[in-house]
Amino acid sequence: MSQTLSKGSAAKGRSNAQTMAASQREISVSEFFSRNRHLLGFDNPRRALLTSVKEAVDNSLDACEEAGIMPRLEVAISQVAEDRYTMRVQDNGPGIVKRQIPNIFGKLLYGSKFHRLKMSRGQQGIGISAASMYGQLTTGKAARVISRTGANRPAHLYEIQINTARNKPEILRDEEIEWEPDQGTSVEIEMEARYLKGRQSVDEYLRQTALANPHLHVIYTPPSGKPVTYANSTTELPPEPREVKPHPHGIELGVLMKMLQGTPHRTLQGFLTQEFSRVSVRVAKEICDRADLKPNGRPKGIAREETDRLFKAIDKTRLMKPPTDCIVPVGEELLVASLKQSVEAAYYTSTTRPPAVYRGNPFQVEVAMALGGNIEAEGPIALMRFANRVPLLYQQAACATTRSAIGLDWRNYRLSQSSGSLPTGPLVVLIHLASVWVPFTSESKEAIAHYPEIMREIRLALQECGRQIGDHINRQRKAADAARKKSYIEQYIDHIADALQEITGDTQAQKEQLAQNLQGMLERSRS
Amino acid sequence: MNPLLARIEKQAQSIRDKILKRQKPSMRFPLRNLSNVKFDPKSGYFEMGRKTKERTMSVATVKTFAQSLKMIALSKNLIETDDIATKREAYYVAKGWSGEVAFSDQAESDTVLDDVEALFLVNREQLGFVPEEKGGEVAGNLVVVDQDRDSGEEVEIDCTRFGSGAYSIPTSVENLRFQSDARFILAIETAGMFQRLVKHNYWRRAGCILVSMGGVPTRATRRFIRRVADELDIPVYAFVDCDPYGICNIYRTLKVGSGNAAHINEFFCVPQAHFLGVTPDDINHYGLPTHPLNDIDIKRIDDALKNDPFVQYHKSWQAALLQLKEAGYRAEQQAFAVHDLNHVIDTYLPEKLAQAEDFLP
Repeated sequence: MSQTLSKGSAAKGRSNAQTMAASQREISVSEFFSRNRHLLGFDNPRRALLTSVKEAVDNSLDACEEAGIMPRLEVAISQVAEDRYTMRVQDNGPGIVKRQIPNIFGKLLYGSKFHRLKMSRGQQGIGISAASMYGQLTTGKAARVISRTGANRPAHLYEIQINTARNKPEILRDEEIEWEPDQGTSVEIEMEARYLKGRQSVDEYLRQTALANPHLHVIYTPPSGKPVTYANSTTELPPEPREVKPHPHGIELGVLMKMLQGTPHRTLQGFLTQEFSRVSVRVAKEICDRADLKPNGRPKGIAREETDRLFKAIDKTRLMKPPTDCIVPVGEELLVASLKQSVEAAYYTSTTRPPAVYRGNPFQVEVAMALGGNIEAEGPIALMRFANRVPLLYQQAACATTRSAIGLDWRNYRLSQSSGSLPTGPLVVLIHLASVWVPFTSESKEAIAHYPEIMREIRLALQECGRQIGDHINRQRKAADAARKKSYIEQYIDHIADALQEITGDTQAQKEQLAQNLQGMLERSRS
Repeated sequence: MNPLLARIEKQAQSIRDKILKRQKPSMRFPLRNLSNVKFDPKSGYFEMGRKTKERTMSVATVKTFAQSLKMIALSKNLIETDDIATKREAYYVAKGWSGEVAFSDQAESDTVLDDVEALFLVNREQLGFVPEEKGGEVAGNLVVVDQDRDSGEEVEIDCTRFGSGAYSIPTSVENLRFQSDARFILAIETAGMFQRLVKHNYWRRAGCILVSMGGVPTRATRRFIRRVADELDIPVYAFVDCDPYGICNIYRTLKVGSGNAAHINEFFCVPQAHFLGVTPDDINHYGLPTHPLNDIDIKRIDDALKNDPFVQYHKSWQAALLQLKEAGYRAEQQAFAVHDLNHVIDTYLPEKLAQAEDFLP
């Protein structure tokens, strides 16, 4: 029955392998993303503006820090038409060498950060080129980039578009210009956008970025034209994060195969010890032994099923945890100092957890909290999420940080909470995850994936700070109770002493002694 | 020195000494309610039980503590200067105390006053506090021997000679003496019925002393009736409305005293009183118009059956109250006017008095 049907349908002119082959061709990454721009955070005009600013600022900060330069940024948004804005981000970074400029701004998946394990804001090399592509798709205008690498070098101006079919930059303009700054990069993109204030605004993003980057100095000019300055609260750059080799337990089979093919090392033992962290000669031999492979065999000669054995052997071998000194947290003191600049509260606390590991990737969690003062007491607490110092403004509900915060019983810390939601009260909670590879739930990098190890560290950090908050609330309540009790008692003590004196005819001195004793006794009594 | 003054001072000194030793002082009061009275038919009145409450000074009690001590100090002052203050006046004195120690209303100050009275187990008059409400009125075959305050001379007051008016019972009756040939005392609930009987000189016809109680008899009224009855050795008959209030509050308090101030009941009760009427049977027998019982009436009956040691002692009273509850109505003593304005004088009272041995206890 089914056979006749399939025969029949083929006969009726449905596709066959040959006709299908005619329409099968490569899909360019740029083409794919131009159709799926929501994956990159460009799903609506408001978010597109934020994502563009964010990608540009992330790149500037990464570049400045890598070059050891205290970052000074200018961010400006100006309105061109009702639904059209231009965003410009300029930094004092090292600049970009001329030949790389078109690739960085005009080619997706081009970057320095994907192939290494080092804590940085950008990871995939999609961000800024996606922004220029979005601008190009919505306005037809090219991205304008100016960059200069030093005082005695010329400044280059480029206008770049992306050929979406071929994922290649197309240069519309390329000239040397007079440019005031000695070095740095400026990127300007016009796009269809909407400028709004609020929780998911550019304003909020910059405020939070300043908060998590105490070394950053940024002058922000919103469409209203009135500049806002977030001054740096420290004059020291954070230490440069160290690049690390991958840990064997974090590697996937496909990646392992690719690494085996691409390695310059000639023996399996050499490959294992040199391309991974935490693999000594002894451990390499143990792995080979377990995989039934020769340590001096050629990595390129390992067949498919042998790779499988190798992969399983690695998984079964006990290894030292990856080095964790490659993570640079903001630090407890700086977090509090930074929070103090941004939030006026009565009490601040923070904690930086020791580094931990998920899937072979080291990470570290920090939490800071601010309580009372000017913080809104009605409604849920304000949760600020950061990954590698970048504020996460979208997809709060999907984020591991939110899930951890909701899972905590905040009533232990004297805050009210209905089950399944964030607690309520005058509290600001800041959670920062730093890692060589932050696991986001999607390419728009807004929510952290729910790895149990990460959730656990966040929970522990929240608990540490929560205890401080609870203790503080208890102390405050006790003090308020004691004060209320004291003033209540005081109303009556004199009357008691007076009446007793009137009846007994005691001296004034005795009466005062009575009043004093009463005060002491009652203040100490519980009820 | 007045022995009560000495006790007041001793109480204050013990509190002071405790405080000087940094110990929390306390005052022990007898519990003032029906759960702490016993009815002993031999003595014939509510006696105070042994339950006490101890008020230890704490943050929660500091206010009442201060108020009690201030009241005691005021009382000491009153005794020393031989002055008096009504409960209302005491409340106003306390109004003058600074700050929060003042009473929010008179009910609060009355409670503290009653506590203090019970604390020293005395009559509040001994502490210098006199009741606001005036006692009852008297008419009939009685001569009250009183004293003129200025001259000290004896004054004889003939209660037959008030015409259509009456003699008013003073707040303190301890120093009065009595002369009479009356055969009984008739204690009447309402001033209206009293006036009718006075107007028609019923006391002359029946050879009795008429007393108007005006609701629940005051301490002075109870004490007055008691002293007259004791001294002349004559019975006392109560004539009240046939409702739970008339029976359980007015009559019961007259006869055995109150639960609230049980420590003084011994003197402020009239154990020789009996219940003339109006009884539930009278309602049927005389065909009196009735009113339905309301919720409060029914609750009063249930309460009495459950908690009142006097009612619990007398089966006949339980039966009468249950009868009333089942009938679901009540009748007033002035309801006899349905037949004739003077039906009560011409028919009801003579018929009832002829069978005085059948009166409810």
